[in-house]
Amino acid sequence: MSKIGNVWVFIEQEGGKIADVSLELVCKGRDLANRLGIKTEAVLLGNKIEGCVETLYHYGCDTVYLAEDDRLEPFTVLPYAKVIIDLVKEHKPNILLFGATMKGRELAPRVASEKLAGLTADCTDLQIDDFEDKVNQKSYKDKLMQIRPAFGGNIIATIVNTWDDPQMVTVREGVMKMDSPDSSRKGKLVRIKPALSKEETVIRVIERIREEKSVDLKGSQIIVAGGYGVGSKNNFKLIYQLAEALGGEVGASRAAVDAGWIDHDHQVGQTGVTVRPKLYIACGISGSIQHRAGMAESKKIIAINNDPDAPIFSVAHYSITGELNDIIPKMIKAYKSKV
Amino acid sequence: MSYTIIVFVKQVPDTQNITGQAMKPDGTVNRAALPAIFNPEDLNALELALELKERFGAKVVVGTMGPPNAAEVLRDALCRGADEGVLLTDRSFAGADTLATSYALSCCAKKIGKYDLILCGRQAIDGDTAQVGPQLAEKLKLPQISYVEEVKELSKGKIIAKRAIEGGYEVLECPTPALLTVIDANEPRPKAVRRIMKYKKAMTRSELVKFHANANYTDAEALVEEEENLKKRNLFIHEWSATDASADIERVGLKGSPTKVKKIENVVLTATETKAIPPTEQGISNLVHELIVDHTLG
Ligand SMILES: Cc1cc2nc3c(=O)[nH]c(=O)nc-3n(C[C@H](O)[C@H](O)[C@H](O)COP(=O)(O)OP(=O)(O)OC[C@H]3O[C@@H](n4cnc5c(N)ncnc54)[C@H](O)[C@@H]3O)c2cc1C
Repeated sequence: MSKIGNVWVFIEQEGGKIADVSLELVCKGRDLANRLGIKTEAVLLGNKIEGCVETLYHYGCDTVYLAEDDRLEPFTVLPYAKVIIDLVKEHKPNILLFGATMKGRELAPRVASEKLAGLTADCTDLQIDDFEDKVNQKSYKDKLMQIRPAFGGNIIATIVNTWDDPQMVTVREGVMKMDSPDSSRKGKLVRIKPALSKEETVIRVIERIREEKSVDLKGSQIIVAGGYGVGSKNNFKLIYQLAEALGGEVGASRAAVDAGWIDHDHQVGQTGVTVRPKLYIACGISGSIQHRAGMAESKKIIAINNDPDAPIFSVAHYSITGELNDIIPKMIKAYKSKV
Repeated sequence: MSYTIIVFVKQVPDTQNITGQAMKPDGTVNRAALPAIFNPEDLNALELALELKERFGAKVVVGTMGPPNAAEVLRDALCRGADEGVLLTDRSFAGADTLATSYALSCCAKKIGKYDLILCGRQAIDGDTAQVGPQLAEKLKLPQISYVEEVKELSKGKIIAKRAIEGGYEVLECPTPALLTVIDANEPRPKAVRRIMKYKKAMTRSELVKFHANANYTDAEALVEEEENLKKRNLFIHEWSATDASADIERVGLKGSPTKVKKIENVVLTATETKAIPPTEQGISNLVHELIVDHTLG
């Protein structure tokens, strides 16, 4: 058997703090690597970030490729793409995973394009399987099945990269589970000297303003989410009131975000965050597949909707058919009278 | 006119209205079955280009790859203020993934020739991948600024733009030519009434031929003359095939796409055991009680 390359994860960090999505991908990467009998390796870029390396071992990386250079801090896409492409060409990884973050989504396509590799965005599951390309009469063994919802609704597509390795995908934060770290795990550090020329450093950062996210949906045990059925920005107050009463966070559907009623940080779903709280209350949300992709694994789901046929009811444990403006105040009242 | 700005746009199926019937067995979308619209963030890219045209003077060329009726988005763009339209259309482009698409668009940009900026919407609503912009930049070896909200300065050889990053923004300085992907941060202007009157008559060659099919033109020269006429009045939409754009046929469409669809599954909702709660005070009170007892609510 010809030896195949390893599973690689691009590690995103900001000020030396590793993004959750990268650790989630390390855990998923380890599953895939175990299945294929290969290693899990991390690509870590930045400056003065060696402190991240131990953490990556603990989450399951066998190797960390570390490139430190002041031209790699803060993140800009051209030097990052160059360093990764050089590494990919040298080591030929079989699989390369990126978080579907703003950085990942501008970096991964640049790398894929140069490498003429396929790239699938926003996967909700990754598996290993064989692939029979009937059109071209070719069969492939142990390929990465890149699974994502497609085209607005009722469909899940399984996509395969049939060209050159690596097989590249992006995955949203929260989609893959993060396992607990094991501080006894050790790994190997490989330091990289980035070969950057003037060409990759033409973009100059004049100003950079950043704050940590205002909401931590993933970390919240109770989420009250509002959709287009809430009706207005003003009426979203109801959602906040219920969340506050129950001690939860506020989530939203994309339709509510697009309407400008609430910030994108609150969006749950395929292109937002994936959450698994103890309780998810969906208010005026129809339950499109993209929304369900982000919340269907919640332990308990309450759906409030005035349409008895709304698809959200099919994933709900409790269905309340009716007017949300009427039901939410009742719920707040009921809760306040019990505690 | 000092600058040339290319804006790449896409006609997309209105994804709010897709049903299973809209998918072909090979996993591609049957676009004919869906209403087609101007991809929203591409309108933001066009708006940014038109603002730059007003501020600095520029020729705005709008390009799209798609079936013949994608000329509609080009007419739309002309009505809003664009100067020229290019339709890249060829049967061989069908079934393209983002890599094959960005390759085809790179050929289109090269044929357009000299440009200072290429603008794309961040992403199209039919796939939400946001990949074509960065891939096109790489194909043309251009620096890219993604998620642009606003252009602060443009001068020969240099652009300063503000762009969104996670939890904030950055102001970046970048040499031109460069590629920018644009997010929903401006208010796209509507079509101008005066321009609609004029540009609703803009046509591609195929449309011109079709238009005259009924008029029973027999000699080809008359058509050529019509075409010249349209060109003079700036109503001619360029229509390029893969060959016209010097595209390598192996690198476009399904053939040029490394990603293959293995299978498409209809989503069967796993019926969760659902308890119907009456929307009454009593019903809701009982529910809240149940959730407190089982420690879901604390
Ligand atoms: C590629 C792609 C990615 C996407 N990613 C996401 C994503 O990450 N997250 C996401 O949420 N969506 C996403 N979407 C959009 C998704 O397809 C839906 O359009 C969206 O989820 C709909 O939001 P909604 O349920 O709030 O709105 P609608 O579908 O309009 O539903 C509103 C619901 O409110 C109910 N309602 C109305 N008034 C009341 C009332 N007074 N009381 C009670 N109920 C009421 C209605 O019966 C209806 O069911 C994506 C789409 C695409 C194409």
